[in-house]
Amino acid sequence: MYDFTPMVEGINRWLHSMMPDAAATFAGWVLVALVYLALFAVMGLVLVLVERKVAAFFQLRLGPNRVGPWGLLQTAADAIKLLLKEPVGTKRADMFLYNLAPFLLIIGAMMALSVIPFAPGLQAFDINIGVFFIAAVSSVGVLGVLIAGWASNNKYSLLGAMRSGAQIISYELSMSLAILTMVLLAGSLQVSQIIEQQRDYWFIFKGHVPAWIAFMIFVIAGTAETNRTPFDLPEAESELGAGFHTEYSGMKFAFFFLSEFVNMFIISAVAVILFFGGWMPLHLDGWTGFNQVMDFIPPIFWFLIKMSVMLFLLMWFRWTFPRLRIDQLLKLEWKYLLPMNLVNLLLMAFIVLMGWHL
Amino acid sequence: MEEVKQITLHPQGRTEEYFINMGPQHPATHGVLRLLLTLDGEIIKRVDPDLGYIHRSIEKMTEHDTYRQIVHLTDRMDYLSAHINNEAVCLVVEKALELEVPDRVKVVRTILAELTRIASHLLWWGVTGMDIGALTTFMYAFRDREMINDIMEENCGARLTMNYNVPGGLMWDIHPNFQRRVKAFIKHFKTKLPEFDRLLSDNIIFRKRTEGIGVLSAEDAISFGVTGPAARASGVSCDIRKKQPYSAYDRVEFKEILDTRGDTFARYKVRIHEMWESLHIIEQLIDNIPEGDYQVKTNAVIKLPKGEYYQRVETARGELGVYVVSDGKKSPYRMKFRSPGFSNLSVIDHVARGYKVADLVAIMATFDFVIPDIDR
Repeated sequence: MYDFTPMVEGINRWLHSMMPDAAATFAGWVLVALVYLALFAVMGLVLVLVERKVAAFFQLRLGPNRVGPWGLLQTAADAIKLLLKEPVGTKRADMFLYNLAPFLLIIGAMMALSVIPFAPGLQAFDINIGVFFIAAVSSVGVLGVLIAGWASNNKYSLLGAMRSGAQIISYELSMSLAILTMVLLAGSLQVSQIIEQQRDYWFIFKGHVPAWIAFMIFVIAGTAETNRTPFDLPEAESELGAGFHTEYSGMKFAFFFLSEFVNMFIISAVAVILFFGGWMPLHLDGWTGFNQVMDFIPPIFWFLIKMSVMLFLLMWFRWTFPRLRIDQLLKLEWKYLLPMNLVNLLLMAFIVLMGWHL
Repeated sequence: MEEVKQITLHPQGRTEEYFINMGPQHPATHGVLRLLLTLDGEIIKRVDPDLGYIHRSIEKMTEHDTYRQIVHLTDRMDYLSAHINNEAVCLVVEKALELEVPDRVKVVRTILAELTRIASHLLWWGVTGMDIGALTTFMYAFRDREMINDIMEENCGARLTMNYNVPGGLMWDIHPNFQRRVKAFIKHFKTKLPEFDRLLSDNIIFRKRTEGIGVLSAEDAISFGVTGPAARASGVSCDIRKKQPYSAYDRVEFKEILDTRGDTFARYKVRIHEMWESLHIIEQLIDNIPEGDYQVKTNAVIKLPKGEYYQRVETARGELGVYVVSDGKKSPYRMKFRSPGFSNLSVIDHVARGYKVADLVAIMATFDFVIPDIDR
């Protein structure tokens, strides 16, 4: 029930019946790329609007409510505005790198997106090192940030970029270790297998205390990875103007802006996959009736519900907390999170060794 | 023949000082203040304030205006304490004319001055949160500030630049709703102030960002001429309302908030407590507004007797002094405002050295600069 595999395979067979194999494969790639492009656009539009509405909710405001019903078309209007804007740059900027940076950022984000499964069968490619791949490509983004700060010939941008470099590289460690903790529990790096193992119990229940600690560290590190408050130092509006993307305008700015939301989406998706069972429904021990009702809800909805909760959590952080200072940020990572994480990893290894997770 | 320069490498590598222009357009300077920063990485080596971007020569303009007109100019100095600025000029004129204003005027002026102080501190609280990265504080502060603005609007027709004071009293009598609405505000605000603490003051990140940062000792505060909440946070007792009571401050009971730590958090805390004290002052007066005239009749064109006059008041930012030299004509010969912001800004280099850029933003926030007040 609710498996997308037959549909995807049907399309594949149909393509192969129409044209030679090589062409069919190529057409498949183009199709997938188009789907992800559409997903990217929709995600940008929806998440930006949601973020604004959530911000308004926290700030005793109404949020956008003029363009379209309930402000639904506000982000579309903003996208059109950004498309029509004149690209303004700085003098003596390194134009090649300046133009390259936003794309590097977005490519990193989109590549990570390709491994995320939305429902059974709804995944671009299910490689056997899926989680590792996500951790690897999501750190490509920092290159974009560093290049943007360097190439725009602006001192504030450079400060922002340097902060970003220090921050993202540090928090990458925590994030990877938190992922590793859960991979120990799953015994696999493949995303679909990790989800499959959570059919009865999500890892957050299975993994006892270490899973909870890993989840908390993952959320903290994930917030830092996405450059959101309380870790938004690279942007730090009140200190650096807009940090590394101060000198970008129009669509190039939009790429930076959207990549934040794509990254947020990826962090939430990985958290959902590793801790809350991906698309798996909530099952409780011994509640057969309840479990059957839960099974009735399609997996894609399960995934989206869990995603919304995670995204709301990240937005909640952003509109509540003040910003850390750069030395406090690094101290938090190297002095507290990293040692905690290492101990946590050992704990998890012990639990798996003793077989308490079953 | 050119000398061959010998390059010596520093053992830890060569570091260059980094020069940054903070302002005149920068979100953290809250106006057109320009700070020339010399940085070593992110650590501040030197801060040079560069003023004059919003200089409107108010002091020179006063030499061509009548005293009634001068009151209106002072709104544009420290626009957040507009009422208190007006009051300062009115007080100096009344002092020169040896005019005794009715009790009603004194009490209403005091209530409005304290409401202005709360409104100013509210705005300060909102932007302090924003400077430190918590964007929501701004909206919380503006929700409550809006109530004060509404009271002002109903009472005197303006929300920010009130011009409610005239030499000799008030422009007109208070609105019939005034007392009721002020009481409603007090009731509302007393439930909201603890909320501020929950949202920002008790936040661990906020504490870490402010405690022990930008310490100003009492001696330095005195020698730099720092006044207002910034000085009181360093333990310098300098509240003009206590030292030289004007208007109705001699008939109310209130505490002068003092702190000894002198850091950014102390400055923050002093302002929060001052809001409570302001509420306390208003509570004592709001039910006891004496009956009487709201104005003493004065000549249409006021001429001060020849001489020099000085009056100081406590604005939300510190001590505002008005110095008038009169030669007996309808305009002053010379007028000088001793604005709190100017003296408070002078200490910024001393306080911020050795801290990081992010700390400078926090320090600036708690000194609460209003740039038109510095430049005039």
